[in-house]
Amino acid sequence: MSDTNPLQAGDDETGALIETDALIIGAGPCGLFAVFELGLLDIKSHVVDILDKVGGQCAELYPEKPIYDIPALPVVTGQELTDRLMEQIKPFGPTFHLGQRIDALSRETDGRFRLTTDRGQVFVAKVVVIAAGGGSFTPKRPPLEGIEAYEGASVFYSVRRMKDFADQDVLIVGGGDSALDWTLNLQPIARSLTLLHRRDDFRGAPHSVDKMRALVASGAMRLLIGQATALHGADGRLERVTVKTKEGEEQVACTRMLPFFGLTMKLGPVADWGLNLEENLIPVDTEKFETSVPGIFAIGDINAYPGKLKLILSGFHEAALMSQAAHRIVYPDKKLLFQYTTSSSSLQKKLGVR
Amino acid sequence: MVKITFVQEDGTRQEVEAQPGLTVMEAAKTEDVPGIEAECGGACACATCHVYVEPEWREAVGPPSEMEEDMLDFAFDVREESRLSCQIRISEKLDGLVVKVPSKQF
Repeated sequence: MSDTNPLQAGDDETGALIETDALIIGAGPCGLFAVFELGLLDIKSHVVDILDKVGGQCAELYPEKPIYDIPALPVVTGQELTDRLMEQIKPFGPTFHLGQRIDALSRETDGRFRLTTDRGQVFVAKVVVIAAGGGSFTPKRPPLEGIEAYEGASVFYSVRRMKDFADQDVLIVGGGDSALDWTLNLQPIARSLTLLHRRDDFRGAPHSVDKMRALVASGAMRLLIGQATALHGADGRLERVTVKTKEGEEQVACTRMLPFFGLTMKLGPVADWGLNLEENLIPVDTEKFETSVPGIFAIGDINAYPGKLKLILSGFHEAALMSQAAHRIVYPDKKLLFQYTTSSSSLQKKLGVR
Repeated sequence: MVKITFVQEDGTRQEVEAQPGLTVMEAAKTEDVPGIEAECGGACACATCHVYVEPEWREAVGPPSEMEEDMLDFAFDVREESRLSCQIRISEKLDGLVVKVPSKQF
């Protein structure tokens, strides 16, 4: 059994190339269960997810919501299901690479796949399993006209380099922890800072709210209650934002804007990997759940085939069949013997129960 | 059955019949009402089923819960009469309910 904590493994990327049997994209329930099914067939996995935690939608969207259609679990929350899957796959010691997105995929001359994350981590894998659900979670773009033109120069959805905000007139929009944390972190270096939120109530941690209010009281920053309705500037450089408040309209001068409106799911770079797509889904066969590129599989909500149901249980089944096909690629000379975990000594050994 | 009317930005009205016990979002999705996206499927985890409740119906529909209010932070052009339609449970007393679909969900 592996003694590494899979949640912590992979946090420190060395940048060195990682070779693996399977690279699983997505740490939602289907990606996690794929670790199990592949593991039973001696196929080692690395798992990449854009979120900073495992569980996918189950952890991000509905950790507390009960799910009623997982076989043999009459009721289980999204978080519990995630925790149980993590327990189940522990024997196979997967390595997680969280907070990263696979941006590029290409083929090596030996037929393996080379994948690179947005943080520069490179994997070379014999098979790729896309278990990316509704796509990668990306920050929501406020539907303000022309906002795209300002992105990357004046409008940012995360802070990569604090110095980009030094001596700038910063407008932060939102009422959660991201908005509050960046308000507190950027206020000391910004020329001016305004926090804009639609109401005078904040979802963020109370102590952050207190600190922010203290800064407002001391005149170090401004809190504005209202909603942004229009952006103004030229050549990608933001100059001011129109804000609708209870009193009417106000113009807020700013050179940097950080909107924090939560996350949405977008197909993302998967669209550029040369796979056949149908309406943002990846068509697969129902024998192997393989995409139009041999060796790349797609399971769970992201795939499409006649009769597809977007249920977690369908993804589990897909993971099992995909693994059989993956075995033929990873171990082309080995005969695959069908075995039950109830009776097979070799499977039980892998599971660490024998 | 309870009648619910969805009014689009351009004034188009669509009347749907719904079973009490469902949510207004589910009623909209069943009849393919445009502009109700419900990305998260009704978990109160996004804000893409945002609607404006017409003034005469606001009392009957009631205010958003704290969790819903938090999620409304993620909606665009939030107003006093804003609700997430997945959090409005349909009952007989809402027969005739009129809600407006915002110009954008995001």
